[in-house]
Amino acid sequence: MGIAALVGTPIKRREDPRLITGQATYVDDLKLAGMLYMAVLRSPYGHARIRSINTEAARQAPGVVAVYTAQDLKGVVGSIPVAAPLPPHITNGMGRRGPLAEGKVRFYGDPVAVVIAESRYGARDALDLIEVDYEPLPAVVDPEKAAQPDAPLLYEEFGTNVAASVHPPTDEIDRVFAETQANGGVVVKQRIVNQRLAPSPMETRGVVAEFRKADRTLTVWSSSQIPHLLRNYLAEQLGLPQHQVRVIVPEVGGGFGCKLNIYPEEALAAFAAMKTGRPVKWIEDRSENLAVTIHGRDQIDYVEVAATREGKITGLKVHVVSDLGAYLQFFTDVIAIAFTLPMICGCYDIPVAYGSCDIVFTNKAPTDAYRGAGRPEAAYIAERAVDLVAHALGKDPAEVRMINFVKPEQFPHKMATGTVYDSGNYQLALEKAMQLIGYQQLRAEQAQLRAQGKLMGIGISSYVEICGIGPKGLTPFGLYESARVRVDQSGDVLIYTGASPHGQGEETTFAQIAADEFGIPIERVLVLHGDTDSTPEGRGTYGSRTTAVGGTAVYNAVQKLKEKMKQIAAHMLEASPADVTLEDGRFSVTGAPQKAVTFAEVAAAANFSNTLPPGIEPGLETTVFFEPEACTFPFGTHICVVEIDKDTGEVHLRRYVAVDDCGRQLNPLLVAGQIHGGIVQGVGQALFEGVVYDENGQLLTSTFMDYAMPLASELPPFELDHTVTPTPYNPLGVKGVGEAGTIAATPAVAAAVADALGLPHVDIPLTPERIWRIIQQQQAQPQA
Amino acid sequence: MIPAAFEYHPATSVDEAIALLSQYGDDAKLLAGGHSLLPTMKLRLAQPAHLIDIGRIPGLSYIREEQGAVAVGALTTYATIERSEVLRRHFALLPECASVIGDPQVRNRGTIGGSISHADPSADMPGAVRALRAEIRVRGPNGERTVAADDFFLGTFTTALEPGEIVTEIRFPLPPARTGSAYTKLANKASHYAVAGCAAVVTLGADGTCTAASVVITGAGTMPTRASTVEAALVGKQLDEATVAEAASHAAEGLELMEDIHGSKQYRAQMAAVMARRAILKAAERARG
Ligand SMILES: Cc1cc2nc3c(=O)[nH]c(=O)nc-3n(C[C@H](O)[C@H](O)[C@H](O)COP(=O)(O)OP(=O)(O)OC[C@H]3O[C@@H](n4cnc5c(N)ncnc54)[C@H](O)[C@@H]3O)c2cc1C
Repeated sequence: MGIAALVGTPIKRREDPRLITGQATYVDDLKLAGMLYMAVLRSPYGHARIRSINTEAARQAPGVVAVYTAQDLKGVVGSIPVAAPLPPHITNGMGRRGPLAEGKVRFYGDPVAVVIAESRYGARDALDLIEVDYEPLPAVVDPEKAAQPDAPLLYEEFGTNVAASVHPPTDEIDRVFAETQANGGVVVKQRIVNQRLAPSPMETRGVVAEFRKADRTLTVWSSSQIPHLLRNYLAEQLGLPQHQVRVIVPEVGGGFGCKLNIYPEEALAAFAAMKTGRPVKWIEDRSENLAVTIHGRDQIDYVEVAATREGKITGLKVHVVSDLGAYLQFFTDVIAIAFTLPMICGCYDIPVAYGSCDIVFTNKAPTDAYRGAGRPEAAYIAERAVDLVAHALGKDPAEVRMINFVKPEQFPHKMATGTVYDSGNYQLALEKAMQLIGYQQLRAEQAQLRAQGKLMGIGISSYVEICGIGPKGLTPFGLYESARVRVDQSGDVLIYTGASPHGQGEETTFAQIAADEFGIPIERVLVLHGDTDSTPEGRGTYGSRTTAVGGTAVYNAVQKLKEKMKQIAAHMLEASPADVTLEDGRFSVTGAPQKAVTFAEVAAAANFSNTLPPGIEPGLETTVFFEPEACTFPFGTHICVVEIDKDTGEVHLRRYVAVDDCGRQLNPLLVAGQIHGGIVQGVGQALFEGVVYDENGQLLTSTFMDYAMPLASELPPFELDHTVTPTPYNPLGVKGVGEAGTIAATPAVAAAVADALGLPHVDIPLTPERIWRIIQQQQAQPQA
Repeated sequence: MIPAAFEYHPATSVDEAIALLSQYGDDAKLLAGGHSLLPTMKLRLAQPAHLIDIGRIPGLSYIREEQGAVAVGALTTYATIERSEVLRRHFALLPECASVIGDPQVRNRGTIGGSISHADPSADMPGAVRALRAEIRVRGPNGERTVAADDFFLGTFTTALEPGEIVTEIRFPLPPARTGSAYTKLANKASHYAVAGCAAVVTLGADGTCTAASVVITGAGTMPTRASTVEAALVGKQLDEATVAEAASHAAEGLELMEDIHGSKQYRAQMAAVMARRAILKAAERARG
């Protein structure tokens, strides 16, 4: 590689100056002439029948332009899109909904009507004038109760709340458990709860829709992670041809998966814009965000793990109860089945693994992909399982991990779940993390502290996850990514990516790739995204896929242009293309380095065209689609140290070490940023966060007064290191790092707290009262 | 989170504010720092038709040592209290309490007058004001009066303020020699208000025995509550760990306990005792100098 060599260096993010000086444009910054505002009337009940809706008074209110209910949308606006409906119930319509509730409301916040008014205030005021006659119905918020035959039904016509069940035969796992026990091994069982979380991006959702009646074109600005999918599905929902719908995603203040969705408000704002002929804006407020934007996790997992006395795991059996909430959003139904079950073995070479699953509707907000999407649950299951074994055998959890890891020479490795891992060196990451934190000294210190009656714990999390989705077949629409790269006449490079970065920093990393490959300064490269009219068809940013899949599309497009430029340069240099090489922005002839033309000269020749050789098209532009043959599997080990205040039950996170392997690092600074943010969210789940409903389906965490987000002041500095194990599945060797921190952190902290308390398991969130109760209990019945 | 419509009246003097309050009666609310009132309005739990902004009235933000007391103007912000040398010298508890309220933005806007008038049972400042046996100066249509902090807090969000009255000043009597004070709280992990908090003031005799104690629990109960049993158990004793722990174990007596997702009654009762023990020990240490 040439002098530039930007890839691998920690350059600062190019998108940051506009973000941190307040010059970036978010949806709520848009003000269009004649713009109207939308407010949404939402159900105050967890479950109720709608007897009638009277919108008369609201329609008469000052500044109100229109009020719509489900009645107005009938036959005009299609239902909320679901990416992969599972048979038979979901394909038969269970859990599907239109943008507004019809006949029944099924969760607190279910949209019932919208007001369109001249001002945001007027729209909100008029909501109070809509009279809805509700007949409250019994609600069910516990997925296990919802699965019972006598539970209140969300969808009466299906006679059950269970949307789908996967229960393969258990013969083999039963045999393994029996054998293990017969041979003196252990079988440990534990029910673990993976509580419901609210993704809580700093920017809530927002939409502006504008419809030009003259040519029936709809433009929608949305705070979204998936501009093209939104455009495609919205066109379908509204019965418009795709090319008459344009989606623009301006700056997005965080998504974490919750904006990987097509929500009712997008179609509602579009419908209102089409009806009124005026632009319509809707901005979600924080309480709406906490109530109706998808939640994450919410699984109850039954884990049974068998191991020999030496600590070798012989079998793992997991039953997942996945709480879908009241309706299906984009990936709601497949999170547990497609992302949790395939990953339950974690980093461990477990000979026999068994996974079953019930996915169940309840009177709560829909769940869907939230940073990690099913893999945090899997990592938590696997890490808890290993710790359960260690605890049962009285072994060090690090040792049990070492015994069970898939070995470096085993890759690519097919797990007992059928999942094939690409590459890895799990042992190295664990050793490095143990060294960094001083594991053995910490264990010695812990013994001393215990003797003094102090509670200190060490938690290890050796995780592996799936990134870079994805190969064919995972969704009906394919999960490729695209790049259009253009070199203009002055030698500047424009990259249009089909991905939709919203904080991950690909405006920087993609430019690094192109600048290095072309051998030009990064200042000459610009990365554009988020407008379906200018970017090639893409699948968006989520699942830690953008660099592995979208970055590869950029890389491949650059290679194609380089080849064409070589041909042109060869013509200019009167040499054969095979003899021309590009280095440091110069095309030269092998063996005669003084015979050279610059990158800019070739770009000019290509674009001015008069001197082009016959058979070469003018211009330097290409569009490339990349669909990986398989997923990548980043991994690593996080270790943390906690101290517990015995009086209050408060957990103090004392140290946190993270060794991550995301393959080749294009920009270590950005990798560190992703790891930092990820850890914070993972710690948030372990210690603080949790969406809570009462038994009637009332949301008790509808503001940040009650939903506990982690604060910087509650966290120690993170000590980061890494290993590098490239993936063979893309030319960049990159795996993905967007979710790793989150996936790793929760099990690490949970393990540390259980370790401090000397228990096999404590359910998260590890709130002060929960821990205080355990300590009280332990003090009441001192251990024998 | 869009408040209902209201009319905004910036008052330029206390008299004008009182006149406006009298004019609009129940339809009006005073606005000081806005950090309790505005969130409530955005959730439409309060929908006052008139907001009378006292935040711009000159001369209501001050900390002055005078006539055996330190007088703090009602509009004095937490941030000012937190940084006050005078307060730190006489009542460590006050800056300590202010420093654990919300975040810097909240502390830059929230006022001591607003906090005690709002009387949120989970708030920090009411406990501190009560423990320091402050006098609250109040002005209304019928002139001025002074209410002892012990008589000021009547219940959840309820004070002795009559309609039309405004808190203008909080006066903290200077403590006798060898007095120490401290504030401790167990913060709710979401709001960071107190799940349980304790404001403690102790005075020691020359031989180290406790001659006076004032202990108030906030957060755990429906209002800031004086822990009389605890106080009684401290007076006349040497404040060693065991004595303080025993005394503090009575902290929840007399509390009407609250309960929510952040803490059961049982937990709050126990945390009141823990916070009391810690606050008293810290206060005693400070009293010893
Ligand atoms: C994010 C956040 C975090 C917070 N965290 C904490 C915390 O940890 N601990 C805590 O204790 N508090 C906390 N608060 C609340 C904060 O302390 C408030 O500022 C305070 O309770 C009210 O003071 P204010 O000046 O803002 O009053 P305002 O909100 O303006 O008024 C509150 C009420 O008091 C009345 N009022 C105001 N001034 C007077 C007066 N002089 N005379 C008579 N009536 C008056 C008003 O009419 C209103 O009813 C937090 C607030 C926020 C927004």
